Amino acid sequence: MEINTGDTAWVLASAALVLFMTPGLALFYGGMVRSKNILAMLMQNFFCMGLVSVIWAALTYSLAFHGTGKYLGDLDLAWMRDVATTQPTGFALTIPPLAFLAFQLMFAIITPALITGAIADRMKWLGWVLFLALWAILVYAPVAHWVFSPAGWLFKRGALDFAGGTVVHVNAGIAALAAVLVLGKRKGWPHHPMPPHSLPFTLLGAGILWFGWYGFNAGSALAGNALAAQALVNTHMAAAAAMLGWLIVERLKSGHATTLGAASGLVAGLVAITPCAGFVAGMAPIYIGLIAGALCYLAVSLKFRFGYDDSLDVVGVHLVGGIVGSLLLGLFADVSINEFGRDGVFLDGGWGLFGDQLVAVGATIVYSFVVTFAIVFVLDKVIPGGIRVTEEDEETGLDQTQHAETGYAFERV
Amino acid sequence: MKLIVGIVKPFKVDDVKEAVKELGVQGLTVSDVQGFGRQRGHTEVYRGAEYEIDFVPKVKIEVLVDDGDVDRVVQKLVETARTGKIGDGKVWVVPVEGVTRIRTGESGPDAL
Repeated sequence: MEINTGDTAWVLASAALVLFMTPGLALFYGGMVRSKNILAMLMQNFFCMGLVSVIWAALTYSLAFHGTGKYLGDLDLAWMRDVATTQPTGFALTIPPLAFLAFQLMFAIITPALITGAIADRMKWLGWVLFLALWAILVYAPVAHWVFSPAGWLFKRGALDFAGGTVVHVNAGIAALAAVLVLGKRKGWPHHPMPPHSLPFTLLGAGILWFGWYGFNAGSALAGNALAAQALVNTHMAAAAAMLGWLIVERLKSGHATTLGAASGLVAGLVAITPCAGFVAGMAPIYIGLIAGALCYLAVSLKFRFGYDDSLDVVGVHLVGGIVGSLLLGLFADVSINEFGRDGVFLDGGWGLFGDQLVAVGATIVYSFVVTFAIVFVLDKVIPGGIRVTEEDEETGLDQTQHAETGYAFERV
Repeated sequence: MKLIVGIVKPFKVDDVKEAVKELGVQGLTVSDVQGFGRQRGHTEVYRGAEYEIDFVPKVKIEVLVDDGDVDRVVQKLVETARTGKIGDGKVWVVPVEGVTRIRTGESGPDAL
């Protein structure tokens, strides 16, 4: 295929947009933790931009996107060998391979960053560094290969995931659950209140996420064309509707429409539309957003019922939102939007696509849960003193004990 | 000499300050404090999870006065800080053994 400059420009810009989501996510989460842990939260997120990028160059880009294996790619492009001249396997791109490498890297960065919201306030810095490296290689690379690479078994099966409903959100969401099951609850949870220390940060972060998500979803068209425009409009409408869906249920159930509810609702909508963005049209994104906003609001209370401390609701928003979006795609998908898509139930495509979506979601859940659980379990055994900070360090806060810094150095006696 | 300690609603601080100044009080100290009385705390809801916030923000006002001024100042403080609703706060008076002005070394009522 010939290189198209318009397509290239849009994908390069999208890579920058998606990169910006990680600092946005850092603020979104950072505002929700207690003030003694703000820097640790920002750091866990920012560090993904460092470590995951280097691993991507050395290893994981090749594992995810080159090679014809059903379950994992090969190492032909490892160590940046021939990456500028070799197409990712099975793609017929109109952009330079390096634009694709950069764009996909940003997804690999933000996916493990999502997990930080669940494990907030209690993991050792060294634990996070080792976890991140292992997870990027053992979980992200294979799952991305299954779903995004035309050689992958879920892609071949016909499961659809436009921009990462399973690869990013279901994957990170179920990993978050596995991690907190090994890690345990924060000291004092749920009896001791741990309200957000800066909701203005959280809202700023949510705004950055919404902005960056246009690159995430519309960039996944890998072209500057009508499909990209459709994906951008779908993304926007789903976020808007999900904010309304969350706030309506919240107002009815707890009496107030809250700022945290608005931020959480719009993110839930963005999550749910991610797999669907290039496969649906019309009012579908609004229905998907409304459903996701309402369901995710109900889902964040599950942790109290089952007693797992998913601190900032990665399970409630990303796992549930990702499942809702991936499955609703089986109903709303419309092949007239995208020739590489399929028709869902509502377009008389039958239940075939829905079934394949179930398989993709189920396979991601099982694989990611098992491997993530094993990674955290093993690290907890091999790190001296365990992967968790001591009770005293947890009480003092991760900023001081893990990074020797203070987030808010107000002058006081 | 006595120390008058008042716990009042934050929005009443300016009114109280102006009122006791009119009585000739030369100085006072304020600090942000938290606590609970009969008002108890309040409830905040984050993502559907309710948190009881037990401690309500208040302002503590401390005024040093000569024995003869105690009743007037306390009465003025109570009048000014009262809204009639629960959570108006409290005032109490404690004896003071000695006071010294650091700049001049004056002590006793002269230092007030």
